Amino acid sequence: MHFDELIGHLGQHTVDGLSKGAIYALIALGYTLVYGVLRLINFAHSEVFMVGTFSVLILWTQLGVQNNPPIGQAILFLVLGLVVAAVASGGTALALERIAYRPLRRKNAPPLIFLITAIGLSLVFVELFGQVLPKLLGGVLPEAFGRPRQIVGMPTIIQQETLFTVGNTAITNIQLIVFVSAVAMMALLDWFINRTRYGRGVRAVAQNPETAALMGVNQERVIMLIFVLGGIMAGAAALLWSMRFGFTQNSIGFVLGLKAFTAAVLGGIGNLRGALLGGLFLGIVEVYGATLFASNWEDVIAFVVLIVVLMFRPTGLLGESLGRARA
Amino acid sequence: MIDKIRSADRRRVGFLTSVSDRWQALPKWQKAIGVVALLVFVYSLPYLGKLPGGLMIPGLNNLRTDSIDGGNNWAGVLFVCAIYVLVAIGLNVVVGLAGLLDLGYIGFFAIGAYSVALFGSVNSPVVKWIQQEFNLPPTWAVTWGICLLIAIVLTMISGVLLGWPTLRLRGDYLAIVTLGFGEIIRIVARNATGVTNGPVGISAIPGPEGPPSADNKVFGLIDAKPWYWLAITFVLLIVILVRRLEHSRVGRAWLAVREDEDAAAVMGVYPFKFKLWAFAMGAALGGLAGFLFGSRNAFIDPTQFNANLSILFVAMVVVGGSGNMIGVSLGAVLLAYLPERFRDFADYRWLAFGLAMVLVMILRPQGLIPSRRRARELKDRAAEAEEAPAHV
Repeated sequence: MHFDELIGHLGQHTVDGLSKGAIYALIALGYTLVYGVLRLINFAHSEVFMVGTFSVLILWTQLGVQNNPPIGQAILFLVLGLVVAAVASGGTALALERIAYRPLRRKNAPPLIFLITAIGLSLVFVELFGQVLPKLLGGVLPEAFGRPRQIVGMPTIIQQETLFTVGNTAITNIQLIVFVSAVAMMALLDWFINRTRYGRGVRAVAQNPETAALMGVNQERVIMLIFVLGGIMAGAAALLWSMRFGFTQNSIGFVLGLKAFTAAVLGGIGNLRGALLGGLFLGIVEVYGATLFASNWEDVIAFVVLIVVLMFRPTGLLGESLGRARA
Repeated sequence: MIDKIRSADRRRVGFLTSVSDRWQALPKWQKAIGVVALLVFVYSLPYLGKLPGGLMIPGLNNLRTDSIDGGNNWAGVLFVCAIYVLVAIGLNVVVGLAGLLDLGYIGFFAIGAYSVALFGSVNSPVVKWIQQEFNLPPTWAVTWGICLLIAIVLTMISGVLLGWPTLRLRGDYLAIVTLGFGEIIRIVARNATGVTNGPVGISAIPGPEGPPSADNKVFGLIDAKPWYWLAITFVLLIVILVRRLEHSRVGRAWLAVREDEDAAAVMGVYPFKFKLWAFAMGAALGGLAGFLFGSRNAFIDPTQFNANLSILFVAMVVVGGSGNMIGVSLGAVLLAYLPERFRDFADYRWLAFGLAMVLVMILRPQGLIPSRRRARELKDRAAEAEEAPAHV
């Protein structure tokens, strides 16, 4: 137990946790949106994120990005990366819904069948990117996909440097970018769901699908919309991840997805602002925990948090409802 | 094309049901002959196509995994198949009968394997600590038979400990929590170096004849046949046990809870209690399988228990036909045997497992050999969906 270390650098650990939690929160949005409308855990959402990171990787290798490009180019690469990752992740999420979930919905399958399908899909994606694509594209993208199932590094787009220090807390440029852009994306989504016509449709279907259908809301379109929105958020998370950590792997989604799901449950699954809160909270708890014990216990902490939350407050911190997401 | 597959599938299921009906209608002595024939077949599988005298039967010989280049020892593969059948039967109690999706089954498997390693091997920190505390000779360790009891008791306790807080949750939450549990067990096994030796692993895990050594006459490291016979004996015992359980009050309660928890509660079946029972039973069977696995391998480390295996276990159950013991056993044998026999395809086996899960769930959620009751349940739901196009 390293209490002194934790208390002495509390600010630093909090900042680290926030920038970590911001990525969890972005992924958690995908779980929350789908759950809010369909009452379904989209287990394969972690793979939507994974596809996003690989699309960024492919883009950057195809563009021939070198380490530490000039600032103008760096911004261009990041924006292009965001677009490509959003398209790839959104497309993947949409494909999941069309290929797998829609036929099951038609049959009114029990929830467990959805979950098992999603697990199968997740395995398929992990293997596609770990085994099949490296073999197919190995010649085309030698740098990106050399050996199956290995960690693949990416170029450093932005050199990490300390921007400013408050007390003994150093805030780096990357942490700031990650946190600010994640919160901005979430604010945008929150605005979209709460203020626009489409958002009203989403909330209506989440509250009561039959009534919404009677009022002329196209249910299928709303369902497609939420999958795409969740995918875009996962794409944004993928870009931020690539920028911050600079690597990806076919199995990267598993633990990250589980943590994002924990974040969603923690904040109240189905609740957008809950996802933000849950993500940030989980990020902080994890960093604190890793400091207190040791960093190799980090993953255990997230799962223990999940179990404890589900035991004592299964509706999460803010309660679970997308229909009443304004609360 | 899809219609053709569907109608072929319907004919296949019709054939299966007629076979099972005819079997039920047979007189008792004919059934007995059938069972004995099956037992003889199962126990003589290590000699498939290759009789003890060196006689080869060409057609059957090709089924063996050692008939191809670089193929694994046939009896060893059979042993793994038997272990997986045991796992599938255990998981079927949880998933198929009680309807609880357990994605952390590997956790129980690992606890079973670690109990024989920690208490039975002289290289384990736990045994060393006991030796020191009680001034025992350095060759002392808990014997295999007692390790078996320890494994079953420990896994049952861990099943109850995991189930107690989580079984009150909705089914889909339970799945994710159990997934986390499987990971926790693996990470603890890796990090708690003082107890489990961490990533180094534990060697010299005993078999029925004691720790692995060249003096062991039956359960050696090289010849896997006795291990297969041991495992298959356990499988048969467990099949009888679970069959009895399935048709008892407990089994009926499980089905009732699976089909409609509220209705079951109204009828006086306390769902939580029976779910916990299913969890503990399933955990104990997973632990037994892990125990056999660990003692055959004689060496375990945390990397042998990753989360992919949990998903493989679920795949065995759902592809085979959850709720039907013959179905899940077939699923287990297929998923263990095919990648071994077709090595070219072994790289793609996880992809194939994933695809198989998705296709089975979309096209025939009741699995290859369905349980009749489960098939009716799903048909009912589909019919309801057609009457009133409802929402999930």
